[in-house]
Amino acid sequence: MHSDHSANGKASVWLKIAAWSGLIFLHFPIAIIALYAFNTEESAFSFPPPGLTTKWFAVAFGRADVLESIGLSLQVACVATVLAMTLGTMASAALYRRNFFGKESITLMLILPIALPGIITGLALLTAFKALDIHPGITTIVIGHATFCVVIVYNNVVARFRRISASLIEASMDLGADGWQTFRYIVLPNLGTAMLAGGMLAFALSFDELIVTTFTAGHEKPLPIWLLNQLTRPRDVPVTNVVAMLVMLVTTIPVFLAYLLTKGGEDVAGSGK
Amino acid sequence: MNTVAVTPGGAEVKVKRSPLGRFSDVLYRRPNLYLLLLLVPPLLWFGSVYIASLLSLLWQGFYTFDDFTMLVDHTLTLSNYAQLFDAANFDIILRTLLMALSVTLFSALLAFPVAYYMARFASGRTKAFFYIAVMLPMWTSYIVKAYAWTLLLAKEGVSSWFINLLGLDAVLQFLLSVPGIGGNTLSTSNLGRFLVFTYIWLPFMILPVQAALERLPPSLIQASADLGGTPFKTFRHVIFPLAVPGIAAGSIFTFSLTLGDYIVPQLVGPPGLFLGTMVYVQQGSIGNMPMAAAFTLVPIVLIAVYLAIVKRLGAFDAL
Repeated sequence: MHSDHSANGKASVWLKIAAWSGLIFLHFPIAIIALYAFNTEESAFSFPPPGLTTKWFAVAFGRADVLESIGLSLQVACVATVLAMTLGTMASAALYRRNFFGKESITLMLILPIALPGIITGLALLTAFKALDIHPGITTIVIGHATFCVVIVYNNVVARFRRISASLIEASMDLGADGWQTFRYIVLPNLGTAMLAGGMLAFALSFDELIVTTFTAGHEKPLPIWLLNQLTRPRDVPVTNVVAMLVMLVTTIPVFLAYLLTKGGEDVAGSGK
Repeated sequence: MNTVAVTPGGAEVKVKRSPLGRFSDVLYRRPNLYLLLLLVPPLLWFGSVYIASLLSLLWQGFYTFDDFTMLVDHTLTLSNYAQLFDAANFDIILRTLLMALSVTLFSALLAFPVAYYMARFASGRTKAFFYIAVMLPMWTSYIVKAYAWTLLLAKEGVSSWFINLLGLDAVLQFLLSVPGIGGNTLSTSNLGRFLVFTYIWLPFMILPVQAALERLPPSLIQASADLGGTPFKTFRHVIFPLAVPGIAAGSIFTFSLTLGDYIVPQLVGPPGLFLGTMVYVQQGSIGNMPMAAAFTLVPIVLIAVYLAIVKRLGAFDAL
């Protein structure tokens, strides 16, 4: 026991260094994006930046194409999130408890759009839209996004379903509540935060998805596509930097909220039996 | 329909039921109907939107592309799929596969200490901090992360400043001169591309490994120590084997996401197509949809094989 303890202490110094270095590696490029948004230099990436300014924010927000792209991405993300929350919650309610023929295949099908590379999903959707003579546009973007966002909601909600104790539901029924009342007063309040967290993550995913969107967007320019196009335009570097930082912030907020909503899942009623 | 309820006193009371309540009663009595109603909308959506699209894509791979007229005609042929084995195309497949495997291996190496520290040593606030600190970059916009690396790797950019500061110029020049991974600059070398891939997919590896290590009961480590296992032996024979399912689960993401990526290879690294860029070029600039469709079969098959392998390592239980 003694040797175990001291050995652990010694190992953890190196481990600490390795772990914290890993975190720094993850955050350094993000910090650089934040820094460059304030860069005074117009077309180069020299480091350290010669000076800092906030004037590019005003320039970026004065650009009609930037605002249009932001608006489009928000719109798509909202609709896709609502669709994903509906379908994802239904799927998790169906799949969490009972075993039935084909259950594994259905789960696999839900996961497939994020397990297969985005280019396959994107190209497949494009082929189908072409075959059906559907013109790519905002609807097709939403369809693509909703498809791969379902699994995000599903994962969150199904985990919560598994933690809600069956005895709570039985107790509610024993006390005379019908199925609807039990759902409304027992199940839904327990599911709520998980659904919301799944929705937030789906929103974040939809807001900055690029790979599938490239194929489904047609001539529309959601924010990630706008950004991708910017990379070949050195003239606009300051505006690109500002938008990149804003995109990062917009996705950070829902992800952080999702974390707050689902942390301490052990406290969910009935899980501690 | 009114139901009869019995009060504790034994008197029968007629209870008025709402339509919703009655409907839920029906569902409760017929679990199969309930299941069906829940499953139909997601199944319809996935069947009509996703699976149908996927099949129509693979079917396109059998169509004929006329090189002269640049048109697709619907004569069925196996030649697109056969062409995948041409030396040039096979090179693309091999190049992508090697990159996906090395990215997976290196992310596992980088992820392990972070995950291990999170799971076994951090507690309370530190743990929450680590968790958020890993989760945020994972969800940060892919294109923003790729863009950040073009800033980092640019000439006179951040990386060259740091390399000068630390006097590592000679090391960098040596690395860049190694055939296979090197190149003229970091941003046009395979090494640069490898770093970007590893960076972007690393969080996808950390979280499953952390979850697997989290499930490891401390009593096992104590037992190993009590039985005379040195820390290294304990790690080798107890901790690591139990972390393998987590690593396997994380590797699904690092492997599959690298395999199909077509943006990073365009932004960073030497010329030479990747699977994803090949599909993109065939479909976009050339308009050879049948060949693009045939090429999408490659990642599908490789990932299916990969999934079959990691399933044996317990990856699906650790997802």
